Amino acid sequence: MPDPMLAIAGVETFYGAIQALHGVDLDVGRGEIVTLIGANGAGKSTLLMTICGNPRARAGSIRLDGEDISGLPTHEIVRRGVAQVPEGRRIFARMSVFENLQMGATLGNPANFQGDLERVFAMFPRLAERRDQRGGTLSGGEQQMLAIGRALMSRPRLLLLDEPSLGLAPLIVRQIFEAIGRIAREEGVTIFLVEQNAFHALRLADRGYVLANGRVRLSGSGSDLLANAEVRAAYLEGGHA
Amino acid sequence: MAYFTQQLINAITLGAIYGLIAIGYTMVYGIIGMINFAHGEVFMIGAFISLIGFMICNLLGIGSAPVAIVLVLLIAMAFSSVYGWAVERTAYRPLRGSFRLAPLISAIGVSIALQNYVQLVQGARPKPGGQVVSGGFTLFSADGFDVRVSWLQIIIVVVTLVLMAGFTWLIARTSLGRQQRACEQDMRMAALLGVDVDRTISLTFVLGAALAAVAGMLFLLYYGVIDFFIGFLAGIKAFTAAVLGGIGSLPGAMLGGLLIGLIEVFWAGYFSSEYKDVAVFAILVLVLIFRPTGLLGKPEIEKV
Ligand SMILES: Nc1ncnc2c1ncn2[C@@H]1O[C@H](COP(=O)(O)OP(=O)(O)OP(=O)(O)O)[C@@H](O)[C@H]1O
Ligand SMILES: [Mg+2]
Repeated sequence: MPDPMLAIAGVETFYGAIQALHGVDLDVGRGEIVTLIGANGAGKSTLLMTICGNPRARAGSIRLDGEDISGLPTHEIVRRGVAQVPEGRRIFARMSVFENLQMGATLGNPANFQGDLERVFAMFPRLAERRDQRGGTLSGGEQQMLAIGRALMSRPRLLLLDEPSLGLAPLIVRQIFEAIGRIAREEGVTIFLVEQNAFHALRLADRGYVLANGRVRLSGSGSDLLANAEVRAAYLEGGHA
Repeated sequence: MAYFTQQLINAITLGAIYGLIAIGYTMVYGIIGMINFAHGEVFMIGAFISLIGFMICNLLGIGSAPVAIVLVLLIAMAFSSVYGWAVERTAYRPLRGSFRLAPLISAIGVSIALQNYVQLVQGARPKPGGQVVSGGFTLFSADGFDVRVSWLQIIIVVVTLVLMAGFTWLIARTSLGRQQRACEQDMRMAALLGVDVDRTISLTFVLGAALAAVAGMLFLLYYGVIDFFIGFLAGIKAFTAAVLGGIGSLPGAMLGGLLIGLIEVFWAGYFSSEYKDVAVFAILVLVLIFRPTGLLGKPEIEKV
């Protein structure tokens, strides 16, 4: 196997004295869609934020294309082609949709801005209709679209998504997952996806990991995990499969 | 009517100066959620640098007042920016993440240190600034009273308006201003999008300091005399202006400055000049009680 794009080894993260990650090992290959599932409080969001340097890993290494990024400040990490759709979306509430997208393009080449904007609007026409509306007044689904669009504006090589389907109606969830699939296939963006919605997320993924209490507990191909009895019992309750 | 108009002109002039200082308070509060207690001292230092700047212009034989003013303005802004930057680096950044009162205490410390420093090197006695701009014209006369506008008042108001317009444009329209607003709203997210948050905070202190330096120069020209203590009172009044307008709000700071100028001048003009400062601070107390978010303050309720 060639060098993975993202290689996480032995990562430990603390909040003060509380340890949230206990030595996580995990790889994401170039062009892959990798899904991470796990119960509430397992440390999924912590892992995504640790990749971006906030909080910082206290032990272990995080390599992006072979370079250890675990000591870099956040803005230097994302400059290397990482974008995150964080937990809770974190839309700038007092900025318009357009300005939020402009913020997404902070690191981009200004010459690409217009084209990238049109691509995002083509993917989420709702955003085009609401171009001048304040971010804080968008509906939850619209905010999620905006959060994804904002992340795409920097033309990332690696896109980290933290529960993009949270709190959305089934129809919107389908739209969001379709969009993620398209971003991966058509734009060649590598995707690392955290989800509670294990069924959708594992079906979309090439590979998956299960995180429990800050440790990787299981890993395998998306279909293997979907078939796994433990995964089915813990994360697929509700009879999707 | 004539007397009223005269007071109004004087109040607008004074309000412009307070407004410029208030912008620094409000911007810093907006981004780090704390009051920069050393900001008044940066204003005072701006006034002293201007004093020295005008003396140097004099020595170099620069006779033209507009040239001297522009030159001194640039020098004062540049030097004061360094002070603003240093205040953030020494009093605020090392204590970021510690308990909330710590940076306030260190900023008060820096403030006292700057006062004493200027007192030591410039002396404690008030320093006259000499007259750079003189003259004016009579707007109209009525009831045996001449309503006068001095050239200096026009310069003060025009310089302030130009700077405020430029600054508003910078914040609303440029990518720098957008990054600044993004940090105000959500620093972690701004960093995730590639904004260098530390640099943006530094820049906020620097911009506030540059505007305070302009206010310092205008103050020097208007009153003609300064001492090491002017930063205290002017600073607190500008802070009051920022709270009155709604701390964190840029138009609020400008409006608040104007209102404080009006209150102070009209109180002095119609009641007694002895209690004008009391009037200003009584306003601060009333605002804090009845409208803590200020006149143009942002409502706290946001859907997200
Ligand atoms: N800022 C914080 N300070 C202290 N503890 C925290 C902080 N953020 C998270 N934690 C703790 O770290 C652990 C992991 O939290 P994290 O948010 O990573 O979980 P998660 O897997 O994303 O959960 P969820 O599915 O509910 O989003 C939890 O026990 C949580 O309480
Ligand atoms: Mg989470």
